[in-house]
Amino acid sequence: MVAESLALSAALFTIGVIGVLTRRNAIILFMCVELMLNAVNLSFVALSTLYGAAGQVFVLFVITVAAAEAAVGLAIVIAIFRHRQSVNLDDINLLKG
Amino acid sequence: MTAFLESISYNGWILPALLGLPLLGAAVLLLRGRAATADAQMASDRRFALWVFLAEAGLSLGLWWSVNVEVPLWQADFELPWIPSWGVSFHLGLDGIALMLVLLTTLLMPLAVLGGWTSIREKTASYYALLLILTTGMLGVFMALDLVLFYVMWEVMLIPMYLIIGVWGGQRRLYASLKFFLYTMLGSLLMLVAIIWLGTAAGTEGVPNFGYDAVLNYTRLSDAHGSVWLFAAFAVAFAVKVPMFPFHTWLPDAHVEAPTAGSVILAAIMLKMGTFGFIRFALPFFPAAAMLPAVRTVMLSLAVIGIVYGALVALVQPDFKKLVAYSSVSHLGFVMLGIFALTTESLQGALVVTIAHGISTGALFLLIGMIYERRHTRLVDDFGGIAKVMPVFSVFLTIVALSSIGVPGTNGFVGEFLVLIGSFQTQPFYAVIAATSVIIAAAYLLWAVQRIIYNPLVKPENERLRGHDLNWREIGLLTPLVVAILWIGVYPKPLLQKTERAAAKLIQYVEDVRTSDRIGRIR
Amino acid sequence: MLTQTDAPMTGHPLADTVARFAWLLPVLPLLGFLFNGFLSLRAAAHPGPADPTAASHDHGEHGDHGDHGAHDAHGHDDAHHAARHPSAGLVSLIGPGVLLLSFGLALAVFVAMRAAHIEEAYVLTLFQWMPTGKLSIDVALQLDQLSMVMTLIITGIGSLIHIFSVGYMQDDPGYPRYFAYLNLFVFFMLLLVLGANYPLMFVGWEGVGLCSYLLIGFWFHEKANADAGKKAFIVNRIGDFGFLVAMFLMFANFGTLSFAGVEEAAGGLMVGSLIATAICLFLFLGAAGKSAQLPLYIWLPDAMAGPTPVSALIHAATMVTAGVYLVARSATLFAVAPTAQLTVALVGALTAVFAATIGLKQWDIKKVLAYSTVSQLGYMFVGVGVGAYTAGVFHLMTHAFFKALLFLGSGSVIYAMHKAYHETHNHEDAQDMRNMGGLRRHMPITFGLMWIATLAIAGIPVFSGFFSKDEILTAVFARTHGSTLAEASLFGIPGTALLYAIYALGLAAALMTAIYMTRMMLYTFHGPNRTGEAERPHLKEAPWVMTGPLVVLGVLSLVGGWMNLPLITGGAIGPVELLHHWLEPVVGTGANIVTLGETPHLSHATEYTLIGTAVFIAVAGIAFALWRLKPAALVAAKDAPAEQGIAKVLHDKWYVDEAYDAAVVQPTLGVSRTVLWKGIDAGLIDGLLVNGSALLTRAFGWMGSQAQTGRVGTYAWVIVLGAVAVLGAFSFL
Repeated sequence: MVAESLALSAALFTIGVIGVLTRRNAIILFMCVELMLNAVNLSFVALSTLYGAAGQVFVLFVITVAAAEAAVGLAIVIAIFRHRQSVNLDDINLLKG
Repeated sequence: MTAFLESISYNGWILPALLGLPLLGAAVLLLRGRAATADAQMASDRRFALWVFLAEAGLSLGLWWSVNVEVPLWQADFELPWIPSWGVSFHLGLDGIALMLVLLTTLLMPLAVLGGWTSIREKTASYYALLLILTTGMLGVFMALDLVLFYVMWEVMLIPMYLIIGVWGGQRRLYASLKFFLYTMLGSLLMLVAIIWLGTAAGTEGVPNFGYDAVLNYTRLSDAHGSVWLFAAFAVAFAVKVPMFPFHTWLPDAHVEAPTAGSVILAAIMLKMGTFGFIRFALPFFPAAAMLPAVRTVMLSLAVIGIVYGALVALVQPDFKKLVAYSSVSHLGFVMLGIFALTTESLQGALVVTIAHGISTGALFLLIGMIYERRHTRLVDDFGGIAKVMPVFSVFLTIVALSSIGVPGTNGFVGEFLVLIGSFQTQPFYAVIAATSVIIAAAYLLWAVQRIIYNPLVKPENERLRGHDLNWREIGLLTPLVVAILWIGVYPKPLLQKTERAAAKLIQYVEDVRTSDRIGRIR
Repeated sequence: MLTQTDAPMTGHPLADTVARFAWLLPVLPLLGFLFNGFLSLRAAAHPGPADPTAASHDHGEHGDHGDHGAHDAHGHDDAHHAARHPSAGLVSLIGPGVLLLSFGLALAVFVAMRAAHIEEAYVLTLFQWMPTGKLSIDVALQLDQLSMVMTLIITGIGSLIHIFSVGYMQDDPGYPRYFAYLNLFVFFMLLLVLGANYPLMFVGWEGVGLCSYLLIGFWFHEKANADAGKKAFIVNRIGDFGFLVAMFLMFANFGTLSFAGVEEAAGGLMVGSLIATAICLFLFLGAAGKSAQLPLYIWLPDAMAGPTPVSALIHAATMVTAGVYLVARSATLFAVAPTAQLTVALVGALTAVFAATIGLKQWDIKKVLAYSTVSQLGYMFVGVGVGAYTAGVFHLMTHAFFKALLFLGSGSVIYAMHKAYHETHNHEDAQDMRNMGGLRRHMPITFGLMWIATLAIAGIPVFSGFFSKDEILTAVFARTHGSTLAEASLFGIPGTALLYAIYALGLAAALMTAIYMTRMMLYTFHGPNRTGEAERPHLKEAPWVMTGPLVVLGVLSLVGGWMNLPLITGGAIGPVELLHHWLEPVVGTGANIVTLGETPHLSHATEYTLIGTAVFIAVAGIAFALWRLKPAALVAAKDAPAEQGIAKVLHDKWYVDEAYDAAVVQPTLGVSRTVLWKGIDAGLIDGLLVNGSALLTRAFGWMGSQAQTGRVGTYAWVIVLGAVAVLGAFSFL
């Protein structure tokens, strides 16, 4: 059971990574990041059957952080959209040297 | 005099006082209120700085009597714990050699201030504060008896000079100051590595010891005195500062761009840090390494190449300041030759050249500054016939140039003669090649002097100098230098006596370690 | 510091005499220098009402333009009525005054020394100069017979020339400066001959070079004069390099630099000693520089750019003879180095002939005398070279008399010529003999005195030069067999053959000397006058302050030979070999005996033959010149045709200056500029290494900055690829 859960987690994580790398829309990117976080959560939960409850505690932390991140991140995305009428990441390159 | 100095326990507080006074002066300069106009600010700043420097010079004069050079102990010894857990202490002290350099510094600084009296008009408070901090750094280098303290002081003097060139310098000041900074930094970082290595090794029970005597003791007893790598780390730092060929190219740029006082200090004192470093650290710490035939050949060759090369390149310089800069390379080559020839006469000669070059080249830069203020050019070919319109200037230029050439009766001759005759005892080949520079030196300086003060007076700009001969301030600041030039030339005995013991001791020490049985264990 | 004079050498016969005050000999001129220098600076710092530029062009003469064609550059301003210098009166008193005092003191010391009959030098130690390590150099004066002779010549002739200068330089705006330099020169010259060790002698040696530099370039606003001064100093420095190395060798091998110490050490060396030979050759390099011998003679003719009294004092009578003094002073060393002696004599002989050839075709009256001086110096070196020190010093002395007279006489002539051209605002060359002619009618005193000097230098019997020259030639001939010189060889040529060659060269030089001197007299004083119609009435004799010293020198040139009459005269016309006996304790005993060895004495017949030959040569030279040269056919310089053929080569001085310029000066400058400065310094070290490493750093920085795109996407890709790479690496390890 653990092995299948870890396989699912890896699959979800990979989908998230590919999403982050290939998509340019900030919202989709954002959802992919959430997907990666949840893939990690899944592996935490799965492994906690072997190593004790600490993994489940971590999951709660991750969910909290993800929620905070979603709040701040979406706010930034909205701010950017208001400013530029676009959430395409290729347009956001102010930091480029 | 000695009794009076003892009654005020002069030796007990003089060294920290000499280091502290300029810092205090700098703080006051920076913190006190601003004057209403820029002119008033300038007048008050320079007057204040001059007083501080004069006080410093006056204070230091007692050292001439209070330092007993015959005693084989550090004089005016002063020690405070600084960072005990790292074995670092605030330890100051003098021997005959350091004494002469300290006095050279304190006595020359007021003249350097007077030299830039009217030419520095902007940010005067910062300028004079930097000069004061620089003084502390330079004096600290000569006094430090702790390697970390020495390193700190070494860097302390670097930054003010960087800023002085970079802020108050000429057209290409940024390039010159950065070059100066990076060049010096490259060498000193290598030295830092070696210092840390030595301090750690010299320590006991896990606590390092950076004290000079402790490190000296360590290198003598271990086989570190034969370590070529440690020697090289120190030697590169000092060679850049001297500067020895081929580490010299920062010097012409720095000299040309620096304001007058900067050039004077750079030539007269800061270059001497390098030679002093060899005498105080590199040679006594690593006598066997320095005396390895290969190492010695390299050092002597570089010294002699510097002598001849510097002179030849000086011959073709169109800019008088650059010419003097290259002549410095040549003169400092004599010092290095004197040190590495390793006889008492040659080392004593090297020390006289050290002092003499400080005075003569300092005076040359002051003179260049004076004519530059009037004419706004330093190109030799822009002048001609100046002797007609500025006779007093010409007399001073002639005397100073002659001392730089090394005409007997001036300080330059005593130094060069002693170096050459001393070097000839052990290194005849190098001494003879070095001696050829007496011909080239005459050629480059006399040629330049001729084109400046002799020849027909044809250029109208020079004609306009009539009536603008040196004023009393300028005559007053050059006169002590000329007196010193002639005094050292005619009666150098007091000077030689002050350094005789320290020089003989160093030679003896190096010879002893070199000839002892440990020479076989050199790595 | 001079008060520290402790009294060493108590017990020396001179210790309680006036010789105690010998330190005043150089100090008096030094005080004169300080005083005059101060006056000069004070005047310069507060220029008077007259425009100094205009005034300063108004000087007595115009340096060497005889063959430079730089007549336009003379700068004859019309404001020629410059007031005398405000402090001229005081300067005229102090300048010559200190010299006369010195001369008086020198005479007193001389009398004391004669009375004391000293065998050993009296050394007056003033203070320690450079004591360090094994080295101990004192500032000490050495009084012995040799330095005494030199001191008398320097202060005596110096006084006369100072007095002459009062008249000659009277209108020069640099009047106090001139006397300051001249006083300083005498100070250094006395230091040179009185110093008790080589380094102190070197102080004087370089000091006189310095004064020579300052005085040659006295009228520095003309580039040629300043160039000549610089050239003199630099060429002299080449010689000084030799002197320095010689001192290094002495200290390394003998451990001392004092005359007494070196003499003692040299006494212990074998004849032919390598060390002694090396030291002597280096010393001779120094002497060749100072005394203008081949190949370093080139500065002396140019040195004529200075005022004429300077040429008389420095470049004829005193400074240039310092090299001869140096060799005589080092007699003990040279005695054990016959190879070096042969070199000295050979170089001297070659110089004598070479310079004489050039003297044959010069038009500038001072240039003729300059080459004549070089030639006569060569003679002196032949004398001291073959170990005939008395003969060398004797010729040095008589030469000082007659050559000073010739120079001062020519000074009188130039003075008169210049005044005449000045009256008419003519810009012709006042020194070109083609512009002179017939001056005997205008300046009879100078004319007569100059003929005395000419006969003396040509070697006509009874005149001083005859005795000294003859003694040198006889000495050369005497040493051809049996002496150490004859035994030695140079470049594989046996000494005997060389000595014969040197003798022959000496005769050749004597012949040419007679010719060119007669030529000079003919063109200057005889025949018709070529100065110009308008100028002729203005040509007249110089004032008495100038002709007075000439008369004294004339008497000395006439009777100077009596100071050392040859043995062969047998006391018939006066006591013989005075100078020889006087100098015996210094150069006679040790050195001469070594050199002469088993040399057989010349028979009287041989000696008479030698004298006869010399006299015949001199008379033949004069007769030849009188027969061939036609002053009447000469035209003034501005109409003169250019020289042709060998005459042109001689007139252009064998193109030696040009050759040096092409072979030494230009290559040195070129290599320094293009290879060392632009190539190594700016190119290799600064360009490639320093700025190159800066460039390299910047290049790496630029490459790194390219990775910083600022796009989050790129960064994400890099992170993922990095993670994959790390994972991959782990799975493989």
